[in-house]
Amino acid sequence: MSDATQHGAGQPATRSLHHLDARTKRRNASEKRFKALGIGAIGIGLAFLVILLVTIVSNGATAFQQTFVEVPVYLGAAKLDKKGNRDPEDLKKATTFTYKPLIEQSLLDAVEKSGATTDLAKAKDMKNLISASAASQVRDAVLADPSIIGTTVDFKILASSRVDSYLKGRVHRDEIAKDKNITVAQLDLVDQLRDAGIIHKGFNWAFIFGADASDSRAEQAGIGISMLGSFYMMLVVLVLALPIGVAASIYLEEFAPKNRITDLIEVNISNLAAVPSIVFGILGLAVFIQFAHLPQSAPLVGGLVLTLMTLPTIIISTRAALKAVPPSIRDAALGVGASKMQSVFHHVLPLAMPGILTGTIIGLAQALGETAPLLLIGMVGYIATNSPDGFLDGFVSPNSAMPAQIYEWAKRADPAFYERAWGGIIILLIFLLGMNIIAIILRRKFERRW
Amino acid sequence: MSEHILSAFDRDLEAVQALVVKMGGLVEEQILESARALEVRDLELAEQIRARDRAVDELEEKINEEAARLIALRAPAARDLRMALSVIKISASLERVGDYAKNIAKRTQVLSDGPQISGTATAIRRMAGTTEAMLKDALDAYIQRDPKLAADVRERDLEVDQMYNALFREFLTYMMEDPRNITPCMHLHFIAKNIERMGDHATTIAEQVIYLVTGEMPEDARPKSSSVM
Amino acid sequence: MEDMSLTERAVTTDDIKITARNVQVHYGDTHAIKDVDVDILDKTVTAFIGPSGCGKSTFLRCLNRMNDTIDICRVEGDIKLDGEDIYDKRVDPVQLRAKVGMVFQKPNPFPKSIYDNVAYGPKIHGLTKNKAELDQVVEDSLRKAALWNEVKDRLHAPGTGLSGGQQQRLCIARAVATSPEVLLMDEPCSALDPIATAQVEELIDELRANFSVVIVTHSMQQAARVSQKTAFFHLGNLVEYDDTDKIFTNPSDSRTESYITGRIG
Repeated sequence: MSDATQHGAGQPATRSLHHLDARTKRRNASEKRFKALGIGAIGIGLAFLVILLVTIVSNGATAFQQTFVEVPVYLGAAKLDKKGNRDPEDLKKATTFTYKPLIEQSLLDAVEKSGATTDLAKAKDMKNLISASAASQVRDAVLADPSIIGTTVDFKILASSRVDSYLKGRVHRDEIAKDKNITVAQLDLVDQLRDAGIIHKGFNWAFIFGADASDSRAEQAGIGISMLGSFYMMLVVLVLALPIGVAASIYLEEFAPKNRITDLIEVNISNLAAVPSIVFGILGLAVFIQFAHLPQSAPLVGGLVLTLMTLPTIIISTRAALKAVPPSIRDAALGVGASKMQSVFHHVLPLAMPGILTGTIIGLAQALGETAPLLLIGMVGYIATNSPDGFLDGFVSPNSAMPAQIYEWAKRADPAFYERAWGGIIILLIFLLGMNIIAIILRRKFERRW
Repeated sequence: MSEHILSAFDRDLEAVQALVVKMGGLVEEQILESARALEVRDLELAEQIRARDRAVDELEEKINEEAARLIALRAPAARDLRMALSVIKISASLERVGDYAKNIAKRTQVLSDGPQISGTATAIRRMAGTTEAMLKDALDAYIQRDPKLAADVRERDLEVDQMYNALFREFLTYMMEDPRNITPCMHLHFIAKNIERMGDHATTIAEQVIYLVTGEMPEDARPKSSSVM
Repeated sequence: MEDMSLTERAVTTDDIKITARNVQVHYGDTHAIKDVDVDILDKTVTAFIGPSGCGKSTFLRCLNRMNDTIDICRVEGDIKLDGEDIYDKRVDPVQLRAKVGMVFQKPNPFPKSIYDNVAYGPKIHGLTKNKAELDQVVEDSLRKAALWNEVKDRLHAPGTGLSGGQQQRLCIARAVATSPEVLLMDEPCSALDPIATAQVEELIDELRANFSVVIVTHSMQQAARVSQKTAFFHLGNLVEYDDTDKIFTNPSDSRTESYITGRIG
């Protein structure tokens, strides 16, 4: 009893709770500092994210707009069908060089009709205003329907990239002197034609669905075909990596004995996840192309390489998901006499499914944004301009992928490519966002079952 | 036996045991005092004894409450359970012994008016002394958890029974000699009977000690002298 | 002494269901169970008590070979169920576990419906021929587990939506559904409140009519309430095995007494 009374000797019997001692104050202050630090870190992170998004959107948004020229083209039979028999074989002999002057002349006529005041009086002066693709566009229309020869048809043709860039504010008048592709007089005319409604901007569907184009017709370039390439690769990755990865994880987690060999495998899988992706690229080049002689630049090979790269991610996340399933569920299943396999497939796997799917989708998203390994198997050098001939052909016909396409555009000079690179990044981000949303929805859906 | 992990349990057990010891001491005193009051015809002492019995009764009640509390709150098992049960039985026995002492005091007050029956009061006091010693040993055996001493107490009950039988025959002789002796002798006989019963209760306590320590009641029958009836 | 309430508690049979002789269990280098000999009676509740880590759960899990799932665990000695060695090479643990059901510490219903939880065992063992039979088995099992009246209107609701006590009774129903002969329970009430515990204990007492029940419990009071036989384990040894009344009123071994009276040592 005396201990208790002696213990408090030398100190006031009671201290007021309303008065904080120095130690408590110090503790509270350091807690506040830590909180402030955390908020600061998050703030900086958010600021960078905002800067990134603003930059991407402000640079890339214009790629979704494109300048068009609305012009009635007189398709003179004298030039296009010299024999006059409308024979498709003969019509094909008329090349784009035949069509070009027709379009230029038609545009000049339209300019004169609109009452624009300009010194440009020759058809050739119109050349820089319209896209090099215009001639083939008109030719395709004629070949598709020869009956329109001899009539005047309204065409909505692409403006040249310079005109497009000028109207988007990317080309300034003071820089024109150095540019041999367009003159000040032509820009003046563009302004007037825009006011007259002949030149106007519209949504650029061709960017989303179209194929890439050469330097001379930047305004025509689209990301559609490489999107298809990415799609085929993801299909290969999904079909190969998901079953292989999940099967491997289940074996390692539930069945494999715990010994040196499995430990070694485990360590190696973890290390593989950290191997630079270009290493997988060179492995793909050596094994799939040089050894197995699969076609170069094919989404099939790209998919195989990305499968190798994604497998460790899927295995690691699947094992984590399997580990997270409470052991009591396994016990319960074994306790009523289920075999090991029944307990895994009836109970453990369904519970781990949301985690597995999340891991898989994140792995896929990672693969979708991967460029480096594609460099080595030739999916960056070759840029396809035509869609594959059929579904299966898509796996082996040479193609590119979205990130490779973006990389390719970023290398080129024309400002139209520059904005397309940013625009491509927007599309890529939308895809990644979409995949993440799917991951979240799947997780919610599976978790909400009970 | 080592201590409980929960030390409050130990304190509870000790507290209730202390009450039993206290009650035992009080009852032992009551026995001796009642015998002395009878011998010296001290009415004042007899009155005090009657009054003190209330304290004994209160202690019994207290012990039962404590034991019930112990059983309810601590859920005792094995030795602890036997301890709680034996405490209740021992206190009940002690209370009965206390009642007999009170009854002796009451009869002392009645006897003080009548003639002296020579020698019997001393014999009764000797008998009471023996019984008190038995009770004391039973309680000592209880405190020390000594089954041997308890068994010994059990044996000694025979002695008290024999003393009672001797007194009974003596009272019969007195009553046959002179019918006026019948009233005091009847009272004295009841007193002797009371003391004999006290001995039985001491034996019960000794048996409780054996049960407490070994977990089993002694199986052989109590030693009995041939009955007078 | 021939009072009804006393005779009811007595061991009613001498039929031995499980015989264990000289059982040793090693976990890696740890000798977890040493020389355990025990006879578990049919239609009797046998309680295993003892301090944490004394091996009572380990020994329980030997009885339906749940220890097989642990790589480093080694079991030696003889354990016989109805005279057949359960560690014989010819024995498939899956079949054994259908005969020796198990209920675990934490209620662990499958994240499926109440019906599916109970129907799972009969399904994987192919005990029923059609849906009607399966329905009957589910109903019988839930009745045996004293849960039928509470869940009959929501058989297709998730089992995890039940209260803790109901979940544990569901787990018992699930174990009962494969018509086992022995039910092992590993601290079945440790996660339950007193009312739910009482319901499960009442159920265990009823199950005694049909099964041999072995229950591991930390609560000595529970062992005292539900069992007819009690085994006290200490440091991997079976210290004392006797009638429950004997263990709780007058144990023979001082270690048992120290444990059940809550003493140091």
